[in-house]
This record gives sequence, structure tokens and C-alpha cells, in this order.
Amino acid sequence: MVGTVVTFLTTNWLGQAILILLECLAVTVPLLVAVAYMTYVDRKVWASIQLRRGPNVVGPFGLLQPFADGLKLLLKETIVPSSANTILFLIAPMITFITALIAWAVVPFDDGWVIADINVGILYLFAISSLGVYGIIIAGWASNSKYAFLGALRSAAQMVSYEVSIGFVLITVLLCVGSLNLSKIVLAQSGWFWNWFWLPLLPMFVIYFVSALAETNRTPFDLPMSEAELVQGFQTEYSSMPFALFFLGEYANMILLSGLGSILFLGGWMSPIPYAPFTWIPGVIWFALKIALLLFVFSWTKGTLPRYRYDQLMRLGWKVFLPVSLGWVVLTAAVLQFGGWVPQH
Amino acid sequence: MLLQAIAFYVFAAVCVASGAMVVVSRNPVYSVLFLILAFFNAAALFVLIGAEFIAMILVIVYVGAVAVLFLFVVMMLDINMTRLKEGFLDYLPIGALIGAALLAEILFGLGVLGGTHQGTVSAFTKAGTQMMTVDNTRAIGRVLYTQYFYVFQVAGVVLLVAMIGAIVLTLRRRPGVRRQRISDQLYRPKEESIALVKVPTRGGV
Repeated sequence: MVGTVVTFLTTNWLGQAILILLECLAVTVPLLVAVAYMTYVDRKVWASIQLRRGPNVVGPFGLLQPFADGLKLLLKETIVPSSANTILFLIAPMITFITALIAWAVVPFDDGWVIADINVGILYLFAISSLGVYGIIIAGWASNSKYAFLGALRSAAQMVSYEVSIGFVLITVLLCVGSLNLSKIVLAQSGWFWNWFWLPLLPMFVIYFVSALAETNRTPFDLPMSEAELVQGFQTEYSSMPFALFFLGEYANMILLSGLGSILFLGGWMSPIPYAPFTWIPGVIWFALKIALLLFVFSWTKGTLPRYRYDQLMRLGWKVFLPVSLGWVVLTAAVLQFGGWVPQH
Repeated sequence: MLLQAIAFYVFAAVCVASGAMVVVSRNPVYSVLFLILAFFNAAALFVLIGAEFIAMILVIVYVGAVAVLFLFVVMMLDINMTRLKEGFLDYLPIGALIGAALLAEILFGLGVLGGTHQGTVSAFTKAGTQMMTVDNTRAIGRVLYTQYFYVFQVAGVVLLVAMIGAIVLTLRRRPGVRRQRISDQLYRPKEESIALVKVPTRGGV
């Protein structure tokens, strides 16, 4: 029975199509659950920082709160402003949500646990993450509202600026690995946890994390939706399911950038100590723990830091991160070349 | 193979159709969005012939950065659509001429018109077979910084000139603008910025 199913799934073209579909579901469903609980953990962390309890009414410890919120958003009426461009208004949240999901196709969860092990995996991730800006800018324009439009313009400028430094961070890691394949990037960091790239490339790790905050429009860089001046930025006119798609897309993007951070700098699925009791734990759990660690820092910064001013944000991106990361690329290349450590393939 | 052929025709058809929509759309924002769709389908076509590096770079550079700035500018401008379309027929001959020249170049390059250009085709196939052995990022890297080093540097210089030109054109000097100097603020000593005053009760400062 099992044998026939396996042969059907691996040889028949219909079976292969079903297999791909199952693989996608196996990634997407846990991801969406993770997104739901990320909102819960986020609120719990801020609550602890502010000496509150956070959500604690729906279910034990408030654990069913995300589902209650989701259900509420699902059942509300979708309101499209009369002067909005209806098609683009509804497409924009879908773009944000879909780009946040399709990026996971190349993320390796364990050795060989990846839907598409493509050679240019990291470029694919970079390309997809640079598309997220379209959802926001189209939403801002289609809403036909000045708050939404200003929020969208701020967000577009911010994401384009910080993508440049993320690009240089990726280049430094690529120089050390010699491959664009995400699995190979993880395998290049095998061994003790000080072999992971966070230590040799510490300044790049910091730049990566701060740029990730800016990419996902999180505090201290949440200018696109700073409520004091822009109501809720590009989300101002959105309600119900389109709003939920934006919300889920944003959190999925945060998890994605944390995942990319743990692949690039924290050894992906590797255990921190390469010996017996630690290596028994499956790699996917280590990977999840590393993502959780980075996500905690996301929540922590949101609970702690005040918002940047817009000119300060641009100054940090273009005048600090860009020269520093460019210099570090040159430095890394020089050290690898003259130290004789250029990765051979 | 059938699936690949279907994918090719779908992507190619959408690419050509969105290219046409770029020209005929009444709203310039739609034009830019269709341009982005065209870039996407071109990237998908690159993936189909196995040039995944070019495909990703196309998406990162054109879709992720250039088109965002296009959209940025077009959205902020309040463009009068009818006046924009007025000059269309005047420019049509020049546009058609350029299009015809490009089409002829492609056809000559592929050896469809005249058989003297077989060299190009064999160069293509040679490059294709080389790419089979190494992944195409490595293949590009090997020739870009060795064989085509000077051309690559010249391309960089052209971009630098364009960048400096853009800065020169947009730089305005306005006298009397107060700027924040962050380093000055950070290096301000404690003595200059803090004064401790012992205030007597009911006396005020």
C-alpha cells in the first residue's frame, strides 16, 4: 500500500503535482500557525515590558486569542472607499501576503528539507523580499487617501534604501561561502557555534538585523504607519480580510527575515554544540529556536525603542550602513584573498 | 517538455500583451504596473532557458528598485492623460523605425535573414554548452572579471557619470538652512549642556 503510494507520488505526473502541493501545504500551514502565535507572543512580550498581562481571556493563557482575532477579521465587512481604485485596492494586500509566502519555497528547514533547492536561492529570496514594497505602494495609491499615500511613499523609500545594505550583507556572506545555495551556506557554518558567521561577521549581523527591522517597517522604523501623524499609514483605509492579509504578510515577512538571518549568521539547522545530546535534537527544531530568538529581539525592540525621525532614518541607511557594509565587503574580500581562505568549489 | 512549452507560450503571451498595455494604457500608473508585469514574465522566460542568475538580477534590479522609483514619480505627478496622448502620432514613425531596427538586429543575429551570421549562433551554443558544466552564476563570474573586464569597468564609469549628472542637476544650494549635526551633538561635553542648580525652597531659580 505504502509502496504503491510512493511510486505514484514519485513517478506519475499527477502524483508529482500532488506531491508538490503537499510540500507547499507542509510549509504553509505551520507557517500560518507560527504567524498567528507570533502575534500572540508579540503582545505578551510587550505586555511584560509594560508590566501588563497581555491577552489572557480567550482560552487558557489567552492562547486562542489569535484565532478569535482572525475570525473577527474574517467575519467583518470588507469596506472599499468609494473613491478608491477597487481592483488595485484589493490586489495590494494579496501581493504582500503572497510574496511573504512564496519566499519560503527555497528556505532549508533541515539537511535536504527544502521544496526547491535552487542554485540562486539567496538571490531568489532577495528578489522576493524586494517585491513586498509593491503591496504597500499600490495600497497607498489605490486608497486615494493622503495618509495612505504618504505612508506608502515613506515605506517605499525606506525599503529601497535598506535593501542596498542588505544586499551588501548578503555579498559578504556569499564571499565566505562561495555559493548562492542556501543549504550550502548553512553547511559552510558547520561545527561549534563560534564557527557560525555571526562572530566573524558580527558588524554585518548587526547591520542585517537593523535593516531587517527597517524592511519590515517595525519600530524604531515604523514611520510608514506612525499613528501620531499618519493614522495607520498605508493601512488606513483597510478593514476586515484585506487588512488581515496585510497583517499576516507583515508577520510572515518578519519570520522570513529572521529565518534568513539564522541561515546566514546562526547556522540554520545546525546544533550549537556538534556533540551527542545536542545533535539528537532534529535540525528543524534548532532552526525554529533560532528564528524564535530573533523574533523575540523584534518584539523586544518594539517594546523598548522610540521611533526614528524620517531624516535620521535616511541618514542611517545611506550615510552609515551603506559605507560601512561596502567597506566590510572590500575588507572581507581582501582578507579571504590574501589569507588564502577563498572557498574552493 | 510539454509543460515547458505551455509555460513558455503563456509567459511570452503575457509579456507581449503587457508590453502593449504599457503603451496603450490611459493611466500612467497602469503603464508602470504593466511594465513590471512584463519584466516579471521576461524573468520567467530567462528561468525557462536556464539563465536563473539573469532572471533574479532582472527582478532585483528592475522590478525591485528601478520600477519602484518609476512608480514613485508617476504616482506623485498629476498628469493630464489627454495631453499626454496628443503627440502619439508624431512620435509613431520614429518609434516604429527603432522597433524595426531592433527586430532586424535580432533576426540577423539569429541568422534568419542572410546566412553570414552563423558565427553568432555558434557562439551562443558554445556558451550554452559551457553553462551546462558549471552553474551560470559561476560562468558569468568567470568571463565578466577576466575577458570582459574593461567593458565592465566602462559600464561602471557610465553609470557613475549618470549618477553624478543626476546629483548636479538636482542639487540646490539654499543659504541659511539649519542642519542637524549629529557628531556635534554627540561630542558636546557635559559642562556645556547640563547645569546643576541648587534651588532654595520657595526661592525659585
